[in-house]
Amino acid sequence: MSEISPEMIKKIASLARLSFADEDEKKIGSQLNEIVSYVEKLNELDTKDIIPLGNPFDIGKELRADVPVESLSTSDALMNAPLSKFDHFVVPKVI
Amino acid sequence: MSTTQFTKENTVFQPVDVLQKALVSKQISSRELTQAYIDQSKKVDSKVGAIITPMYEKALAAADLADKRIQSGESNPVLGMPVGIKDLISTKGTETTAASKILKGYIPPYNATVIEKLEKAGAVLISKLNLDEFAMGSSCENSGIQKTYNPWDLSRTPGGSLGGSAAAVAAGECPFSLGTDTGGSIRQPASFCNLVGVKPTYGRVSRYGVIAFASSLDQVGTFARDIRGAASLLQVISGEDLHDSTSASLAVPDYTASLGKDVKGLKIGVPKEYFLEGLNSEIGTLVHNAIDTLVKNGAQIVEISLPHTDYAVATYYLCATAEASSNLARYDGAHYGYRADNVTNLNDMYFRSRSEAFGEEVKRRIMLGTFVLSAGYYDAYYLKSLQVRRLIQQDFLNAFKAVDCIITPTSPIPPFKIGELTDDPLHMYLADIFTVTASLAGLPAMSVPCGFTAGSKLPVGMQIICPPWQEERLFQIGYAYEQETSWTKEIAAL
Repeated sequence: MSEISPEMIKKIASLARLSFADEDEKKIGSQLNEIVSYVEKLNELDTKDIIPLGNPFDIGKELRADVPVESLSTSDALMNAPLSKFDHFVVPKVI
Repeated sequence: MSTTQFTKENTVFQPVDVLQKALVSKQISSRELTQAYIDQSKKVDSKVGAIITPMYEKALAAADLADKRIQSGESNPVLGMPVGIKDLISTKGTETTAASKILKGYIPPYNATVIEKLEKAGAVLISKLNLDEFAMGSSCENSGIQKTYNPWDLSRTPGGSLGGSAAAVAAGECPFSLGTDTGGSIRQPASFCNLVGVKPTYGRVSRYGVIAFASSLDQVGTFARDIRGAASLLQVISGEDLHDSTSASLAVPDYTASLGKDVKGLKIGVPKEYFLEGLNSEIGTLVHNAIDTLVKNGAQIVEISLPHTDYAVATYYLCATAEASSNLARYDGAHYGYRADNVTNLNDMYFRSRSEAFGEEVKRRIMLGTFVLSAGYYDAYYLKSLQVRRLIQQDFLNAFKAVDCIITPTSPIPPFKIGELTDDPLHMYLADIFTVTASLAGLPAMSVPCGFTAGSKLPVGMQIICPPWQEERLFQIGYAYEQETSWTKEIAAL
């Protein structure tokens, strides 16, 4: 496939919630393009009808019984909060 | 069984089972043993740089508790023994950073399951050890906190991502340590530091409380100076965990019961794709010699092919980074970890916290993973990589119909100089070529010391890979080899 364009790099950065200085953005663009052209080799393989392997031995499909158990206390959960008040995490205004 | 007797000289370099017997027979107390490792850490860590957070006070308190249990007649392979912990594993009340600025100061409010198991067994947690940031790297140069140096040659890397866990054991700062392995993070540093390093079958050990990098690849494993040490530590942490739905409900056998069983008739698969012409000739020779040692003891060589080997690095760097980009989305400055100063709105908080605190390699992998999962590219890249992953696993499962184990070099190169590969991310990724395959396939794999390079005397490891759930066989084979050689008795001169 063709190169990842500078516009695409900006879009990916936005999705990833990352911002880069201009030269860093160029640098990461060219590094990503180098890696992406390396991984093109996967297209040498015909994988029609091959089931993707996401979980090596398919462990974890069963659900457990719906029994409530204890979890972290509120104070433990807030222990590392950069800012908290009234038992809530405090973040900048959303709206 | 080790025939070595415990001595109070060089305590910190003695095999785990010798130390454990010395504790039981009261030749040394857990407090004295722990103090010996604390003294060694203080002596050498300024050169080695393995430790991010020492836990000396907690360690001595735990040692005292362990001594009481030993007095009352209790014994198990980790009771009273100091253990180093990769700083990617949550330890309640002790800072856990993932070697990242984004988690500097983060104190977990809970223990990882593997830590709970260790504490219940009476192990003495002694230090949190350095790694590449979020386990992303092959040299420990990507740590956001500090650099670690190879005790065998301080100008070289100890490997990655678990450089700290390996260097600490090699330098006598702890007798064994816990780590995680996603694409080789235990095995490669073990090879670089002359240690035994084992990654179990995916699902053998709980990942609860382990800071996630790639959830379908991560596994907790162990480092030690010898096979028995690595096996006995793995024993304590293995087993199903209700907190981790991907942990297997299979019974855990006694890993050390297989030590001492012979290898007569054992079929060793030697895959041609791991011994191609470009392989460093010293490494090739040492690994072939190691295989020959096993053959002298009754094993047979079977030449096999793992035809999709050449696609493994590409496959790994697509699916691992995709999973990582998803797992690292939680670091947003909201609930814990670094939040940028004077944030004006929510987006500002997300963008600036992440950009200011993540290191370069982490950002690179997040970007690659995000691209791979994005609309329009998901099928061509992510899904494709998972299909090739299936082919890679099939290669192994097919091979195991004809052989009992597979032996390869662990790393295509000996420990490299610090700074040698930092400007070349792709080259750094290719250094993982022999280890990513077992990770992709979910197989148990272990690196075992098999010699040193001629000139610079750098450690070289061989990798043993076994069928799923056959950790016992890994240890049986490694032990049989270890008994015929003395690489694991070598000590790095610091």
